[in-house]
Amino acid sequence: MHELGVVFHVIKSVEEVAKENELTMINSVTLQIGQVSGVVESYLHNCWKWAVEKKSVIMKDSSLKVETIPAITLCEDCQETYPTLKFGKICPHCKSENTYLIQGNEFLIKEVEGC
Amino acid sequence: MVSRMGDFRIIEVKQSVFADNDKRANEVRKELKEKGTFLLNLMSSPGSGKTTTLSRTIEGLKDELKIGVMEADIDSDVDAKTISDLGVKAIQLHTGGMCHLDADMTHQGLEGLGVGELDLAILENVGNLVCPAEFDTGAVKNAMILSVPEGHDKPLKYPLMFTICDVVLINKIDVLPYFDFDMEACKKYILMRNPNATIIPICARTGEGMEAWKDWLRNQVKEWQKGDNN
Repeated sequence: MHELGVVFHVIKSVEEVAKENELTMINSVTLQIGQVSGVVESYLHNCWKWAVEKKSVIMKDSSLKVETIPAITLCEDCQETYPTLKFGKICPHCKSENTYLIQGNEFLIKEVEGC
Repeated sequence: MVSRMGDFRIIEVKQSVFADNDKRANEVRKELKEKGTFLLNLMSSPGSGKTTTLSRTIEGLKDELKIGVMEADIDSDVDAKTISDLGVKAIQLHTGGMCHLDADMTHQGLEGLGVGELDLAILENVGNLVCPAEFDTGAVKNAMILSVPEGHDKPLKYPLMFTICDVVLINKIDVLPYFDFDMEACKKYILMRNPNATIIPICARTGEGMEAWKDWLRNQVKEWQKGDNN
């Protein structure tokens, strides 16, 4: 997948945040990643280590923290929710396909710690 | 050693990783609108017939529209020469082995093409049904080619791609009799992901359905160049 590409985007955004807040060193970055966002956490950590050293001065020693957001689907027909990973598109309560994801596709920068 | 812990601050960001790309993409679209250039982002899996479809489309429209093509596939199957032979400008984008294009790379490509002189710019995205769907390139419309041998269940397997596409070309319909491809099911699955999608069955090789596709594209370019909508 495109973990390296998104890490570059994170670096760019964090550097902007650092500039706005006059931070000269970033200690850690916390990301919130949905279960079905398509990002593999272990790859992300590998890409992170390589990319922050190569692409950034202020983030060179920063660590990456990841919080997972569970994927939840809502069924429009019976109004029940269910875990997306286990059941996919079809509602386990009423077998409807008229369902949509209400959370779990996120890829957010939650917070940045620095000085 | 003085502890610097006290100096550390936590800044709450709460921003999507894609936010800066989305912003850039909107800027690209604004520029395209000002210059009257329609940008089509063309996506597909490898082997879907992108080369043939693109060539036939260019042949059919090049007399009425000024067309330019950006090739982004990692190992592109339509090289600059093939497109140049058709009499339109083509450039190769360098994605550095990436699995997708973002708005910044697209913008660089548009500058290389000389966007102000074109009615229609076509971006041939990386052959992949996953990653290109995640990144807004700044295109006015997204198109994808799904070919019959790939199977009618692709919209179920790659939902995001079908959600973001404005038009889906179902290519290679000449081989329908040889495959267990259920056209009606395929259309249903696409519309399940995106009720507004336009679906056009085509065969780029024989030309079947190509008129409908060219009409769609021609109208989109016209709308973009005159209207304030989109």
